[in-house]
Amino acid sequence: MVRVLINVPKQVKRGEPFDVKLLISHPMESGQRHDDMGQPIPRDIINSFVCTYNGEDVLRADLFPAIAANPFLSFAVTAQESGTLAMAFTDDHGVVQTETVSVTVE
Amino acid sequence: MMRRRFLVLAGSGLIVPLAPIHPAHATPAQVAALIAQLVGDADIHDARVKLDLPVMVENGNSVGMTVSVDAPMGGVRSIDVFAEGNPLPHVLRVRFGPHAGAPRFTTRIRLATSQTVIAVAKLSDGSCWRDSVDLLVTLAACID
Repeated sequence: MVRVLINVPKQVKRGEPFDVKLLISHPMESGQRHDDMGQPIPRDIINSFVCTYNGEDVLRADLFPAIAANPFLSFAVTAQESGTLAMAFTDDHGVVQTETVSVTVE
Repeated sequence: MMRRRFLVLAGSGLIVPLAPIHPAHATPAQVAALIAQLVGDADIHDARVKLDLPVMVENGNSVGMTVSVDAPMGGVRSIDVFAEGNPLPHVLRVRFGPHAGAPRFTTRIRLATSQTVIAVAKLSDGSCWRDSVDLLVTLAACID
């Protein structure tokens, strides 16, 4: 489990785009670095991010080692009715972590 | 005596200098090949995509980037970002679904050196658009 900070407005207007911001606490080890003994440090990144609203896709992102440590992601979502925003990300070990936020449409 | 033997071995090619397994940086040609693979037969036009990156980067370890497309929502199939001077040039791929509010994505990226960063958008009508930024990196992202 990694720590995630999520910023979503509590109340949004119907059909009007609102911004979602995420800050994931993760080293995003690129696999390009070497330790003090000259051994390569194995790659360990979050390679996939999927955001859905009430089960339907908002976006899917493939992340590569060029994404900075502690990834910050921000994007826009529209909602026609109140529901749940789910954000799932997968790391190189295949571990999936899902965070959910409920959104109220005025 | 040992030194002489070493020189003989080195001269005979038995001692090979340790070559890096991966080249340190990708090349513009490699990125061009990746983009060609992505867009296929479609023409690629320099418009509609906006890649927002600072031209002067003080710290390559974390560079704020926003990529957006001037197209109706639902009209954008995918956005890809490539960094020509990074060891691994592919930076990001985003595909948008029905609940996306705008064809736009913001994140922070690593840049290994001063280079050109390219964003390519594929629209659902099959057209491809791009934008690029030439930037100067003062402190490179540590690669070793």
